[in-house]
Amino acid sequence: MVRFENVGLRYGMGPEVLRDVTFGIPPHSFQFLTGPSGAGKTTLLRLMFLSLRPTRGLINMFGRDAAKLAPDETASMRRRIGIVFQDFRLLDHLTTYENVALPLRVQEREEAGYRAEVQELLQWVGLGERMHVLPPVLSGGEKQRAAIARALISRPEILLADEPTGNVDPGLARRLMRLFLELHKSGTSVLIATHDIALMDQFDARRLVIHQGRLTVYD
Amino acid sequence: MIEATSPQQPDTPLRALRLRLRRADAHPDEHPRSGRSIVPRASVTANALVAVVAIMTFLAGITIGSVAAVRTVAADWTSDIARETTIEIKPGDGLDVPAALSRAVALARQTPGIADARALDERETADLLEPWLGSGLDVSNLPVPRLVVVTLGPDAGRQTIADLRASLANEVPSASLDDHRQWTERLSSTARTVVVIGLAILALVGAATVLCVVFATRAAVDAARGIVEVLHFIGARDTFIAREFQHHFLTIGFKGGAIGGGAAMALFFLGSTLPGWLAAGDPADTLIGAMRLDPRGYGGILGVAVLVALVTAITSRVTVFRTLRGIS
Repeated sequence: MVRFENVGLRYGMGPEVLRDVTFGIPPHSFQFLTGPSGAGKTTLLRLMFLSLRPTRGLINMFGRDAAKLAPDETASMRRRIGIVFQDFRLLDHLTTYENVALPLRVQEREEAGYRAEVQELLQWVGLGERMHVLPPVLSGGEKQRAAIARALISRPEILLADEPTGNVDPGLARRLMRLFLELHKSGTSVLIATHDIALMDQFDARRLVIHQGRLTVYD
Repeated sequence: MIEATSPQQPDTPLRALRLRLRRADAHPDEHPRSGRSIVPRASVTANALVAVVAIMTFLAGITIGSVAAVRTVAADWTSDIARETTIEIKPGDGLDVPAALSRAVALARQTPGIADARALDERETADLLEPWLGSGLDVSNLPVPRLVVVTLGPDAGRQTIADLRASLANEVPSASLDDHRQWTERLSSTARTVVVIGLAILALVGAATVLCVVFATRAAVDAARGIVEVLHFIGARDTFIAREFQHHFLTIGFKGGAIGGGAAMALFFLGSTLPGWLAAGDPADTLIGAMRLDPRGYGGILGVAVLVALVTAITSRVTVFRTLRGIS
């Protein structure tokens, strides 16, 4: 599904922030990406999300060389990936419903065809009562769930979540984790970037540990 | 509407209260819609740009209206002048002027394409000379040229003038024909110059509009950079994002175009009707009377307004594509 081969990345003329990163994400898998702050977790996610190009090495996404994707192909590829940003990145002038429906709207689908689907997902993540509310009114946990719902609405094959439990209390963090596990059981590959060791210890899952730009995989 | 359920059960009074407040916020009767513009209105200086587009359209409308008015007036004058021509009989040694006048009139009337010919009598000739020679002039005692006014028929052409000129050369050698070509050429030349100047002003206004829209679009895309990034990340193609911006700017263009074009049309309309309201006599006698515009002139202003709106939309689309390439 995703394959990194000897990937290295540096910003400008600076030192390499990622070095010889080699790993793969198989279909229907669940894994954590962890490491200390500043180790390169977000950078690695951005590479997987095709918003950065590696300085060297090969990234293969869904059987395609990421370096050879045309802009429209990149957009198509991103539709197969769901991402939850650490800072949510909801659009403040759109309601929760509109934010969650956005990935389907950019696919230029008719709203009548997805309205019920979006409402159902909002109910599922516990935001059924908040679908007409603008993000600034939402609590941190609600924003997090809205961001997750937006990542899930287009049924991605892989979900990337950057510190999804970083801004929520432990109870909500556990509920969100259960949500990710449910998603994994339904066939989506899930990668969660976190530095919360206690959270990871609650689940028996594959771990990708990044330290000083190098990645080690613990199956 | 699907009945809402929350994973958070109201197991405490405080939580139950929060849940009730959330339900109050939820507007359950309202049908959810996602038709709202993805480009937030507040992120672009929309009102300022509407004003700029309106001013540009107004200037372009005034220019094209003025050009149309000048062309109409010039065409009217040229037509008036071209409908008449003059035969001048110069007095010479032993020339029988009345006989020459009669012969010239007869020749003119015989020429195909000429509707009428009439010799100015002595009184009319004296009236013409009055500004220079004073009143009470006896033209019969002075060697002044005499004129025959020839009115051309609707089928008159270049050949009519040539035939008349040839006949006069043969039979009344002292006559010369003035076909007013000098004046019509000057008028045509003036009208052409006005048109060229108008087109140059239109080009400048167009360039200024394009530049304003380019800067405004860049500013709008920069202001909405975070939104553009999110749209990219959720799989939006550049064409979709550009369309969102283009729709926004087309609306601005049409608003500005309607205001500016409407103002220009109103000005011309007032210019043509105000003299009548003020009882200033014939509008053509006043300075603003020259601002009368025919339907084609109004059509031109309308066309300019639509053109400005389209230029605004197309410019913003091109600029958004360029800016998106920079972002991605």
